[in-house]
Amino acid sequence: MTTAFPFSAIVGQDQMKLAMILTAIEPRLGGVLVFGDRGTGKSTAVRALAALLPPIPVVEGCPVNSPNPADCPDWATVISDKTIVRPTPVIDLPLGVTEDRVTGALDIERALTRGEKAFEPGLLARANRGYLYIDEVNLLEDHIVDLLLDVAQSGENVVEREGLSVRHPARFVLVGSGNPEEGELRPQLLDRFGLSVEVTSPTDIEERIEVIRRRDAFDRAPEAFVADWQAQEADIRDRILAARGTLDATDTSDAALRDCAELCVALGADGLRGELTLLRAARALAAYERAADVTRDHLRHVAPLALSHRLRRDPLDESGSAARVARTVADVLG
Amino acid sequence: MTDAPSPAWPRALRALALLAVDPTGLGGITLRARAGPVRQSLERALEQVPLTQRRLHPDVSDIQLFGGTDIAATLAQGRLVRDPGLADTPALLILPMAERTTPGLAARLGAILDCGRGHALVLLDEGIDNDEHAPGTLGDRLAFHVDLHDTRWLEARVSLPAPGDLDPARKRLRHVASSGNDAAALTALAARFGIDSPRAPLLALRTARAIAALDGHDHVTDTALREAAELVYPSRATMLPQTDDDPPQPADQDTTPDDAPPDQDQSSPDALPDDIMVEAVRALLPPSLLDQIADARSGPRGASGTGAGARRRGNRRGRPLPARPGRPDSHARIDVVATLRAAVPWQRLRRAHHPGAPQRVIIHPGDIRLRRYEDRSDRLLIFTVDASGSAAMARLAEAKGAVELLLAQAYARRDQVALVAFRGAGAEVLLPPTRSLVQAKRRLAGMPGGGGTPLAAGLVAASVLAEQARGRGLSPALALLTDGRANVALDGAGDRARAMEDTAQTARHCLSQNIPGVVIDTATRPGDAPATLAAQLGARYLALPRADAQGISSAVTAALDG
Repeated sequence: MTTAFPFSAIVGQDQMKLAMILTAIEPRLGGVLVFGDRGTGKSTAVRALAALLPPIPVVEGCPVNSPNPADCPDWATVISDKTIVRPTPVIDLPLGVTEDRVTGALDIERALTRGEKAFEPGLLARANRGYLYIDEVNLLEDHIVDLLLDVAQSGENVVEREGLSVRHPARFVLVGSGNPEEGELRPQLLDRFGLSVEVTSPTDIEERIEVIRRRDAFDRAPEAFVADWQAQEADIRDRILAARGTLDATDTSDAALRDCAELCVALGADGLRGELTLLRAARALAAYERAADVTRDHLRHVAPLALSHRLRRDPLDESGSAARVARTVADVLG
Repeated sequence: MTDAPSPAWPRALRALALLAVDPTGLGGITLRARAGPVRQSLERALEQVPLTQRRLHPDVSDIQLFGGTDIAATLAQGRLVRDPGLADTPALLILPMAERTTPGLAARLGAILDCGRGHALVLLDEGIDNDEHAPGTLGDRLAFHVDLHDTRWLEARVSLPAPGDLDPARKRLRHVASSGNDAAALTALAARFGIDSPRAPLLALRTARAIAALDGHDHVTDTALREAAELVYPSRATMLPQTDDDPPQPADQDTTPDDAPPDQDQSSPDALPDDIMVEAVRALLPPSLLDQIADARSGPRGASGTGAGARRRGNRRGRPLPARPGRPDSHARIDVVATLRAAVPWQRLRRAHHPGAPQRVIIHPGDIRLRRYEDRSDRLLIFTVDASGSAAMARLAEAKGAVELLLAQAYARRDQVALVAFRGAGAEVLLPPTRSLVQAKRRLAGMPGGGGTPLAAGLVAASVLAEQARGRGLSPALALLTDGRANVALDGAGDRARAMEDTAQTARHCLSQNIPGVVIDTATRPGDAPATLAAQLGARYLALPRADAQGISSAVTAALDG
């Protein structure tokens, strides 16, 4: 893999960066969906995120990244009891992926050459306790989407095929990116993403020039560029780690809960997932900003991220859904 | 065709020379030309590009692109042998018929270009009409776009720099310096032409560097900068720069960079005569720029007319069919049991042939059986019927007759139907999507008439239904029976002007949803309103003839199938 562009060096796109940081702090948020124009740094940001994530302890050689030997699935032949520390897995789900690659399947090699029945784990196993990144998520084939929906909800991958009966944990954070011009995303999948961001090209000339300058500098000498940004990267990483530590201690007042509920009712968001996500995101933001409790400012800040993809589509309202959320937030929270 | 030699050819040659200097940095080139001697001579010149050429086709499989199991070798060697895909080795990928590229393939190729393993892409775009063109996702990543439609063969003489000149240029490229002002000037210029993607200035900067390297300079000169802008920007421009008094760009485009006060442009630190660059690029803008802007705003992009029908690939879900021999690729799964069953009868013969084979079961590639499924994407016909007073008076009964006949046909084809009626203050879904013919008939018969014509509300209801249906894997189609005389606005107010406005807006929304359809004019005398509505919907228009219902239904069937 080539060197990733440093996260802190991404110009502008604050909402997108904030959404990524919030999921890194609170994995239970349920991931990020980044939708936007071509060339706005969607994929760059996701790949940069990987470098920011803290490492996790896993059992050496375990196909599902179990934290301790007792959790290793019985079908896996894990020899070692040793626990090693490795980077949080960020698994790419390529577009042309087959169902077998995603869920895992009968190990064709062993079946055909040795006549043995064995399970070959797929991408979902590798993504356990990590991130699953889907570029151009709106172009993903329907049957793969169905699979992902099911597993993302249950946190467990069940394989019942070709005489195999295997299950293993698959808890991962979905990160998707795509260009809305190329196709819509099914509402069911939309709802599975905790936060959603719409990115647009920067309109400020100076900002654009800065984008081009940094990208060009990176292209010409990646290592030197990454070294230049080392300090800022470390700074963000430390803040994420600190926020994870204080997350549970961050208070949520009843007033904040009431605000969440009122916002979701006013927006007509389906289900209760909106409130939960809004609350968790606001708490993560409070922790990130080292605040003791969740305030209305935090809610105001994360409401477009947590709610804009949960609205019913209104064919006549041509302003984006983020604008609608902002309007309602202004109405409800004053 | 004009007598003056076309400027496209020298530009194409220059672009090729630059591509030969820095193929991976510049991404590649889109050549828009019909297959013919002109394009051929240019394709031959591609040999100067220092990469192995690999020719693709629009149906290239994922295994060819990204690699997969080499079945024959795997079976022969008794262990998994991977077949490397095109993505693994640096290559100059050439894609003919690029205008037929599906979004899926475009995304995959984009991913290959982005992963930075040293690929370059040449799109051979053979589109004729304006709405037929190579996918924007790919064009955005390639530095150059050349249109050779007007180039005659006599002009098409290939003269590229000698290989002896290209090699030193490639070496020099790494050391060509560019100042921050160069990037600033190119970015500001891109903004003035309404180019949103940040990739454009980046590619222009790289182009400028390649030009400098080719011309033997060690820094980016003003000439190089100008030429780079001339090569990269014209095909991407979405508006003319604001120096004109009449800004032709549509209002809701992203005009903010341009609306910024003019002093912004001047204050940007470019020592370059900006206007000269603007003029130079402007001279090369395609004459159809305004048409293209209009095209991009209206109508489904690239969906109709590209020959790409509704997809129905029935091998991953649906009702299982018997397994069939074939080559596995990413679209099909091996049916292990059927494969083993196919191999079993031959085991003794094969064992005799290969006494020392290590495998327990000897399987040949010909034994491989693939799983097949049949997945039928049903059509949903949404009847949206105008039951207002005006229509009811006129020909509601006839319309009902036509719908009934269509229902019978839909039943025969196992299509699903839904019924939406609008009258009075709003629209009502009388029948959610169903296959039940009886129910549909009963609801239709019980449909009352009278009241105003809330056409917009009817369209909204239909489009919501269509969207839901699409989510469930149906392909919706709309049959709208109306006299087009909308007089109730969306909010229920009886205001004819606003009602028409709302109708036009919802119709545009339906068009953007890409719902095929037919508008059947049920007015006593065929009028303009329904025809206009049909145009706004992108649907066919059919005046309900003074004929028996049988004639109507056959006309509708023809319109929807065609």
